[in-house]
Amino acid sequence: MAAHSQPGRPNQLFRNLNSKIASIPMILTAVVIFLGGTIWTVTYSFTNSKLLPRLNFVGFEQYERLWDTPRWIVSIQNLATYGCLSLIFSLTIGFLLAALMDQKIRFENTFRTIFLYPFALSFIVTGLVWQWLLNPEFGVQSVVRSLGWTSFTFDPLYNSDIVIYGILLAALWQGTGLVMCLMLAGLRGIDEDIWKAARVDGIPMWKTYLFIVIPMMRPVFVTTLVLITSGIVRVYDLVVAQTSGGPGIASDVPAKYVYDYMFFAQNLGQGFAASSMMLLAIAIVIIPWAYLEFGGRKRG
Amino acid sequence: MNIRSFAAALAVTVALPFTAANATDLEVTHWWTSGGEAAAVKELATAFDATGNKWVDGAIAGSGGTARPIMISRITGGDPMGATQFNHGRQAEELVQAGLMRDFTDLAKAEGWDKIVRPASLLKSCTFNGKVYCVPLNIHSWQWLWLSNDAFKKAGVAVPKNWDEFVAAAPALQKAGIQPLAVGGQAWQSTGLFSTLVVAIGGKDIYQKVYGDKDAKLAAGPEMAKVFKAADDARKMAKGTNVQDWNQATNMVITGKAGGQIMGDWAQGEFQLAGKKAGVDYTCLPGLGVNEVISTAGDAIYFPVLKDAAKTKAQEVLASTLLASKTQVAFNLKKGSLPVRGDVDLTAANDCMKKGLDILAKGNVVTSTDQLITQDTQKQLEDLMSQFFANASMTPEDAQKRFAAIFGKAD
Repeated sequence: MAAHSQPGRPNQLFRNLNSKIASIPMILTAVVIFLGGTIWTVTYSFTNSKLLPRLNFVGFEQYERLWDTPRWIVSIQNLATYGCLSLIFSLTIGFLLAALMDQKIRFENTFRTIFLYPFALSFIVTGLVWQWLLNPEFGVQSVVRSLGWTSFTFDPLYNSDIVIYGILLAALWQGTGLVMCLMLAGLRGIDEDIWKAARVDGIPMWKTYLFIVIPMMRPVFVTTLVLITSGIVRVYDLVVAQTSGGPGIASDVPAKYVYDYMFFAQNLGQGFAASSMMLLAIAIVIIPWAYLEFGGRKRG
Repeated sequence: MNIRSFAAALAVTVALPFTAANATDLEVTHWWTSGGEAAAVKELATAFDATGNKWVDGAIAGSGGTARPIMISRITGGDPMGATQFNHGRQAEELVQAGLMRDFTDLAKAEGWDKIVRPASLLKSCTFNGKVYCVPLNIHSWQWLWLSNDAFKKAGVAVPKNWDEFVAAAPALQKAGIQPLAVGGQAWQSTGLFSTLVVAIGGKDIYQKVYGDKDAKLAAGPEMAKVFKAADDARKMAKGTNVQDWNQATNMVITGKAGGQIMGDWAQGEFQLAGKKAGVDYTCLPGLGVNEVISTAGDAIYFPVLKDAAKTKAQEVLASTLLASKTQVAFNLKKGSLPVRGDVDLTAANDCMKKGLDILAKGNVVTSTDQLITQDTQKQLEDLMSQFFANASMTPEDAQKRFAAIFGKAD
């Protein structure tokens, strides 16, 4: 590598040749697999492909059917509810835990391990554990009833109206530990002198957090936001493990709709149409954000 | 045992180079993984091994819904197995159309399959454009109501003889703290229950016209409204089941926690395994006791096109082994299903199986939904039915409207 870094004015194309060669596989992966696969999927979503992909174009028929399907509408609503609440709660709880942890408490390591531990479990395991916990016959409900409160009812997974909150509960249990760790890292990155200055000025602690520390932690918040959002959009395994979309279709999510129609219903066109809609939804969120985040920096 | 099988394995390894010409490994994929099913598969393997070939078991756990995508992706992805299970009908339709499945017309002609397979519809669903593409293996039917005699005794009412009596007995069961009807949470269960209601309450013709001819007008009509009314009753009786898998629901009937279950004849394996006796501990009502009709669905073995000549030869051997009388009896007795040939001896069958054989002999059969509708339509029906059964605020009228719309667009 040293040989190439010698002075002179080599062709722009051959600068850092080694690193360019090294990144060819990744470039190919990105272009062929991600971009190519995306274009292929979107193209075939305009066909009436069933089990095998066929180029038999039918226009927007698959999309019309998709938006006519109650199950798809339910899954979109579920994703919206789950997404908003999961974003709000995991950020709030994660930050609060981190702030508490940051008060120079004893056994911090122990607490950190306890809070982070659920993150070591996969969504499938998390889902199964919470399926049992929330099962009215063996879980929380039966424990409370056996303590004497016999009219106690707590069966979110068996109630169509609140099932999505049962899933949210499991997701928060699993995910907030990581958010807490990221936030804690962010808090530790804040210079001690800032705290001292704030204390000298007599600013109360909650105000320091809210108006000084949080704005300074912007990069940490952005990273966390991206992590949580990507987790929300692709939520699938948790739902499958906990309720498999039930009761009925009450806890369905778009990813599950896509999978079911591609593989169980043997209707690739419909599955592709649904996944293209998911891509569109992500694009609507990501593109303005990326523009603000990266476009702004260049100008500044 | 271990040493012996080890020795056998050694012997096979040594013998392999010399006998390669006639001993061929053939991988067979299937989703028979419960206790009774695994025992039945073993019968097939033994029969096939006796021909000098070797059955390589490719069981995929987690029911057809999980297994089929794996099988299909292996076949379309260029890594086909020697043979694979599908249900009769339209599940493998496109694979056949794409030329990925092997044509068995010559063998079928030579062995006269059209004469031995009964009912003829089974072979018909293996046939596309006049060519035979699969071997029917057994007959399973959906139209059974399983009742727990204990539960009714506890509630102080007589064991019902048909669906209406069952509905009438529901309040007494509830009063005794018994779940009247057990329905698992998985979507295919409520969908199968509904198609059973169509056959039993609506009748054979309505069923054939709606599912077979996709008659959307009839599906929206007053006859189907009666079926939806019955489905509404079933929904009320099933409320509070809180189990997912079909065998958990069957277990509620076995233990007398539930009055009954509408489930295919595979449920019988569970009763047998629990040591229950037909007629004494439990009662079975084919066609819900209203219309004694059963559907003739079941399993069939398909053979992907292979390049290897030896394996291609072995596929033929397997195909004729599967239809041999001896294999049919051994397999179906363990599986609890009915054989696809009418000329075999089944004296060992229990009461419920005999009821089924009787109906079959009388020809009171309908084509199964698997043979009539595509997987796409099936999935849409599952979405509708699972929502209907889980959500008490959805009226039967709304459900019927959507039901008719699905058949209006079905192909």
